[in-house]
Amino acid sequence: MNDETTMPAATLSRRNLLLLGSSAIFAGTFLRSMPALADDKTLVMTISPEPNAMLSAFNTASPVAVISGKMTEGLLGYDFDIKPQPELATSWEVAPDGLTISFKLRDGVKWHDGKPFTSADVAYSIMEILKQHHPRGRGVFAKVTAVETPDPLTAVFKLSEPAPALMYALAGWESPMLPKHVYEGTDVLKNPANNAPVGTGPFKFVEWQRGSYIVLEKNPDYWDAGKPLLDKLVVRIYSDPAARVAAFEAGELHLGGDGPIPLNEVKRFQENPGFKVETRGIEMNNSLDVLELNLRNEHLAKPQVRQALMHAIDRDMMMKTVWYGLAEQLTGPIPQTLPHFYTADVPSYAFDTAKAEALLDEAGFPKGADGMRFKLRLIWPATGDTYDRAGQFLRQQFRKVGVDLDLQAADVPTFIKQVYAEYNFDISMFPASVTADPSIGSQRFYHSAAIKQGTPFVNASGYKNPEMDEVLSKAAVEPDPAKRADLFKRFQQIAMADLPILPLARPIYVTVANARVENFITGPEGVRSRYATLTIK
Amino acid sequence: MAATARRIPMRFIGKRLLHAVVTIFGIAIINFFLLQLAPGDAADALAGESGTADPEYLANLRREFGLDRPLLEQLASFLMRIARLDLGYSFRYNEDIAHLIFHRLPATLLLMVTSVVLALGIGILFGVTAARYFNRLPDRLISLVALLLYATPPFWIGLMMILVFSVQLGWTPTGGMRDIAASSKGFAGVLDVARHLALPALTQAFFYLAIYTRLLRAGMLEVLNLEYIRVARAKGISERRISYVHALRNAVLPLVTVVGTNVGGFLGGAVLTETVFSWPGIGRLMFDAMFQRDLNLLLSILVLSSIFVVLANLVVDLLYAVINPTVELR
Repeated sequence: MNDETTMPAATLSRRNLLLLGSSAIFAGTFLRSMPALADDKTLVMTISPEPNAMLSAFNTASPVAVISGKMTEGLLGYDFDIKPQPELATSWEVAPDGLTISFKLRDGVKWHDGKPFTSADVAYSIMEILKQHHPRGRGVFAKVTAVETPDPLTAVFKLSEPAPALMYALAGWESPMLPKHVYEGTDVLKNPANNAPVGTGPFKFVEWQRGSYIVLEKNPDYWDAGKPLLDKLVVRIYSDPAARVAAFEAGELHLGGDGPIPLNEVKRFQENPGFKVETRGIEMNNSLDVLELNLRNEHLAKPQVRQALMHAIDRDMMMKTVWYGLAEQLTGPIPQTLPHFYTADVPSYAFDTAKAEALLDEAGFPKGADGMRFKLRLIWPATGDTYDRAGQFLRQQFRKVGVDLDLQAADVPTFIKQVYAEYNFDISMFPASVTADPSIGSQRFYHSAAIKQGTPFVNASGYKNPEMDEVLSKAAVEPDPAKRADLFKRFQQIAMADLPILPLARPIYVTVANARVENFITGPEGVRSRYATLTIK
Repeated sequence: MAATARRIPMRFIGKRLLHAVVTIFGIAIINFFLLQLAPGDAADALAGESGTADPEYLANLRREFGLDRPLLEQLASFLMRIARLDLGYSFRYNEDIAHLIFHRLPATLLLMVTSVVLALGIGILFGVTAARYFNRLPDRLISLVALLLYATPPFWIGLMMILVFSVQLGWTPTGGMRDIAASSKGFAGVLDVARHLALPALTQAFFYLAIYTRLLRAGMLEVLNLEYIRVARAKGISERRISYVHALRNAVLPLVTVVGTNVGGFLGGAVLTETVFSWPGIGRLMFDAMFQRDLNLLLSILVLSSIFVVLANLVVDLLYAVINPTVELR
């Protein structure tokens, strides 16, 4: 061990220190705020979680709908009354028997690759893509037997039975129109255009760096001259809600929908003049937080027990502690955001623990020595802390009337396996989406034909009521709007009398924007809309 | 002695590489069966996100993903792929897995190398200083800081740094790896990445730093009491030189082992830091793959990860011999 052999180590550590010192100096020179000097009008939004596809034709996950809706368009748009508006179709006519729907298409629309958009594209999109591969479209377009194309600007849907719900499923983010010339003769599911969409929308796909960002640019040949108002739309991916809060506050992030920040931060953002917080723009989605009860359970099979549980929940307090006030009270399975179907005239269950206890006694489940009558297990998909709070809250409430509750937060695949494949649950808490039409959104939870073991988000309670089945089946094919509304009113009454599902609330997923951002919520499609008029001052 | 140690020990490396192949296949098989224990599959996960699906659609997905085949057949095809170094295809991302992984590798490597170098540099400085001023103020201060860094969760440190340096002071961006709005090239591009790298690298470095400091301080204290140090002092060599040259070399061996483990585990080691800073690394990819039951992707990352661990261990063993020539490689 002499000095010579130790030399390399000495220089090495000295070099290390030098490196450290120089990097500190280096750090000092660049750690200054560098203004983003872009001449282009660029807006940075976020979508969370990151979409795992660019096109909503094969994957209906909410983040995919948001990104897809900027590049692809549908036949129709919608206003806040959920009334169809022109988009790629300029006018439409539903035959009185409901078996024919003709669409007049917009003239002069071009795909992003420059080819003209025609009725052949509509026929191909509906029959070959959406009816075959779209997770919801398979049901929605089931009754469409053909799409006729008498001329390039007319598309006529032929139906085997009336399908009134179809008119509410034609938005660009839900049922995108796709170019026949890009997809025909290819393996549709593996077409490269699925990750780099060719649409007719105001924005063109540029780049997707997975886990990092998505860049879209203005479509200069967009049919609505002068639009879009932005030159570039950048989507940044932040996996951590607290990081999104910081990015909003640092001014790096301008816009985010579907509740981009934690619920307990919303009030602070609402009071800050630097931000705009919008609660509208989710009326086409209508996701409800509900408890689905497994009627195969000997306790839950008794109607008195289900009613007792409903009476045991203090829903005013739940509103404050679980959703921080950002939710709408429900009276039944249809929220007030669908005014043409909603009714308040249903059996109701006020918060009343004495009544709950009486009902439980009557059902034949007296209190044991420990004050408990029986135990149930509540399972929910672990997707955020709202359900964790709700689980704790319900446990306290149910225990007060002698119903003990085991809590289980499971990751999504586990939740789906246990609830829908194995029916291994007592109560399941999950977001049930009514969509814009109960025939699409609600029927699957209440119709006995929707008891399909292994299929997620259908009737898992095992609930069967012939009257309910009849009402729902009729409503699905009733072309007359008034008669259909009556059928849905009856649906709400039966649902609240039988209670296979306890509706808790419609959570409001806010959209947060920098105060400089304008036109970010222009209709019920919210952040899913095309954003042709979105701009930043 | 020095001459034999400098010769590359080919026999040793060959034997170890052979073991490595067996180990990696063993790990792959264990991983495969472990992941089968997770309830639900990729089709369930996809359906869960879509919020809807009919039975035929799910059956189609399972057929396409190859989930309808017998388990042993799936295992065999997985092992065949590994043997051919073909990572396969992720249906989830509609992309080759090799592309997915290698696209994210640079970000992960950059974060890892920067943070380990930072942690090593500061850790050595802290550890040696603490040992030299044993039980005096500098030692107390350094030990306190190391304990605090060790006890604080990295995501909290990360968030606090974002609040201070990004939101309050506006020095650094809150997350990501580059400024997409102003896509800069060349030197400006390097600066841009460096600005984004500063906070995540520091956060990750703090985590290692605490361990390195404590390890090195303990090692130094032990070595500084040995005879040869007393001899060196008697020769009149400066305290600084004794610490950094004579003592450090022996005290650093345990540190090398730990750094080796950190480097070997780098593929999945920075999930929290990546999450907080939206850093597009492999840790996030792996995390998401688990929740989406993208087992092809997850298994591929785990196999790669095990390769890195095995290689890092080999390098550590070789380094031992370089740092301390009395270590024999057999």
